[in-house]
Amino acid sequence: MDIFLQQIINGLVQGSIYALVALGYTMVYGILGLINFAHGEVVMIGAMVALSVSLLLIGSGLPPLLVLLIALMVAAAVCMVLGYGIERLAYRPLRNAPRLAPLITAIGVSIVLQNLAMIIWGREYHAFPALLPNSSHLLAGAIINEVQIIIVLVATAMMAGLMLLVHRTRLGRAMRAVAENPSAAALMGVNPNAVISITFMMGAALAAVAGIMVSANYGIVHYYMGSILGLKAFTAAVLGGIGNLRGAMLGGLLLGLIESLGAGYIGDLTGGFFGSHYQDVFAFLVLIVVLVFRPAGLLGERVADRA
Amino acid sequence: MSHSQPPLLLTVFFAATLAACDKAEPPATSPTTDELLVKIGASSPLTGPQAHIGKDNENGTRMAIAEANAKGITLSGKKVRFELISEDDQADPKTATIVAQKLVDAKVSGIIGHLNSGTSIPASRIYSDNGIPQISPSATAVTYTAQGFKTAFRVMANDGQQGKVLGEYAAKNLAAGKIAVIDDRTAYGQGLAAEFVKAALASGAQIVAHEYTNDKAVDFTAVLTSIKGKKPDLVFFGGMDPQGVPLVKQMKALRLNAKFMMGDGGYTPKLIELAGAAAEGVYASLPGVPPDQMPGGKGFSQRYEAKYQQPIQLYAPYCYDAVNVMIAAMQKADSAEPAKYLPELAKIEYDGVTAKITFDQKGDLKGGAITLYQVQQGKWQPLQTMGGSAPATVH
Repeated sequence: MDIFLQQIINGLVQGSIYALVALGYTMVYGILGLINFAHGEVVMIGAMVALSVSLLLIGSGLPPLLVLLIALMVAAAVCMVLGYGIERLAYRPLRNAPRLAPLITAIGVSIVLQNLAMIIWGREYHAFPALLPNSSHLLAGAIINEVQIIIVLVATAMMAGLMLLVHRTRLGRAMRAVAENPSAAALMGVNPNAVISITFMMGAALAAVAGIMVSANYGIVHYYMGSILGLKAFTAAVLGGIGNLRGAMLGGLLLGLIESLGAGYIGDLTGGFFGSHYQDVFAFLVLIVVLVFRPAGLLGERVADRA
Repeated sequence: MSHSQPPLLLTVFFAATLAACDKAEPPATSPTTDELLVKIGASSPLTGPQAHIGKDNENGTRMAIAEANAKGITLSGKKVRFELISEDDQADPKTATIVAQKLVDAKVSGIIGHLNSGTSIPASRIYSDNGIPQISPSATAVTYTAQGFKTAFRVMANDGQQGKVLGEYAAKNLAAGKIAVIDDRTAYGQGLAAEFVKAALASGAQIVAHEYTNDKAVDFTAVLTSIKGKKPDLVFFGGMDPQGVPLVKQMKALRLNAKFMMGDGGYTPKLIELAGAAAEGVYASLPGVPPDQMPGGKGFSQRYEAKYQQPIQLYAPYCYDAVNVMIAAMQKADSAEPAKYLPELAKIEYDGVTAKITFDQKGDLKGGAITLYQVQQGKWQPLQTMGGSAPATVH
């Protein structure tokens, strides 16, 4: 039983990480119908900037949480500038181009960012300083540490915050208007370009938060960390219904749980016929089944609840 | 070049293109002087999760080539200039075959690489078909030299030997009765794990779990939790350090109190730096004797650090030796033509910085030693050296 509980915790933590990144995908898709494939790399840049800042400050005697906060703010600022730049340079000129074109530039941007990070921060793995409290607690035989609790809480808070923003503020109303019909929104006095820029910058700030959470959890950062994470988070977003904020959270958690329960039990349940290397196969099998019956994802409805 | 007139530049360009088309098969000679240009191809992952180890390989290779050029080697009366063509195979078997073809097309005289077994094996067929000698510094999977290719060599003991040493040590010296195995499903990780399991079973241990991951994963909590339920005395991981680090950290975080052992893929300074306290007590092996006992190891690591401002990661000395062995064979044959120096390479005897290098019929290193290390007080400490010409115990 404690093993089962542990696998649930593993899945929830992993799922929250996916959800944090998936929120960024879903925000942009909700407004533009565009898959921002560079998002995973923005997560990595956020982590790298936070690493540099915290290494710079860690000797100064400031309390670790303050260092983390400053690192987070600098990383978020850098990522926001980056997000704005990416939208301005790679997506805006192609807004009326066929859908495939921005997809290709998105992949191009992610390659550029990855190589840029490789040049700046090198090819090595870097140790991410332990700035968050990470002592572990025993919970009915299962172990959870404080970083993991923080990750789950942050992911939930981010999702709730975004929901509030989208449904309860003027900006949110403008976002929903642009998502529904940019030209009609423009006629009503909404500046779609500004709204889209803000959306990208918010997505990038989320990426910075996600990058720091991921780094704090694994304790290592590397210029390559964004690609696989981005791919998994994108899968999570599609599973939950891309464009839907609650869907991103649900998809992330579900993917995390499927992976951990899959890896944990496939071997034993099939008598060793399928090993734990089939975890991705099962995760994508679930994705396919969901998409066959609900092509828009679990919570995806056309228009109704798009961010 | 910058001050040439554009038309002249064009003419030069076309002339060069034509010359390139006309050029006879091996090796590329620069047309104007009596200098002989010998191209050496090298391949390792220069991007992706293993880029730090790949760059280290390239550094070792580049250093040997720079030194050979400085020495002023002559072949058949001509002064030789060696040129390194370094390619990125991304540790990916498919990319490796493309890179291999590219190197063959560039008319290299020999290959130093690839880093991984998973890339060396598919690439070796292409080199063999074109008769180009290939010395892998670090591919340890048994299959690499067991395919019957005359062109495939390596300067490191293979996983048959390494897995056996590790498996026996785990079962006998560490008295691990229950062992859990994880491998990364690469040719290297899978092969090493299989040899380890064979040896551990033969020594009376019991394999309680065999789990799998891949060479890009960072989260192992699920498989580790499942392993924890089987209460193993030791966890063996067949894979490289990018996975080894989070694995051992997550093991400690989940309070899975078992010993942790890896093969040569884990023996890096990075593992200790990144895993911190969790690295303490980790076991890893490396074919060869400890660096300070290598015949020229001390001097090599000092020169390496002076040149690249960073410590050796893993296989740089083996790459350095691979280049020098290849050049030594060329000097014996007095030719850089693959067909001429290949027979000399097969029967070479060379004192490298890692070991005395001679190859057996398959192209494996003869009498390769294997050293077992453990992290003690934040440092890799040699525990025992088995095989080779080194002393048996080096406490």
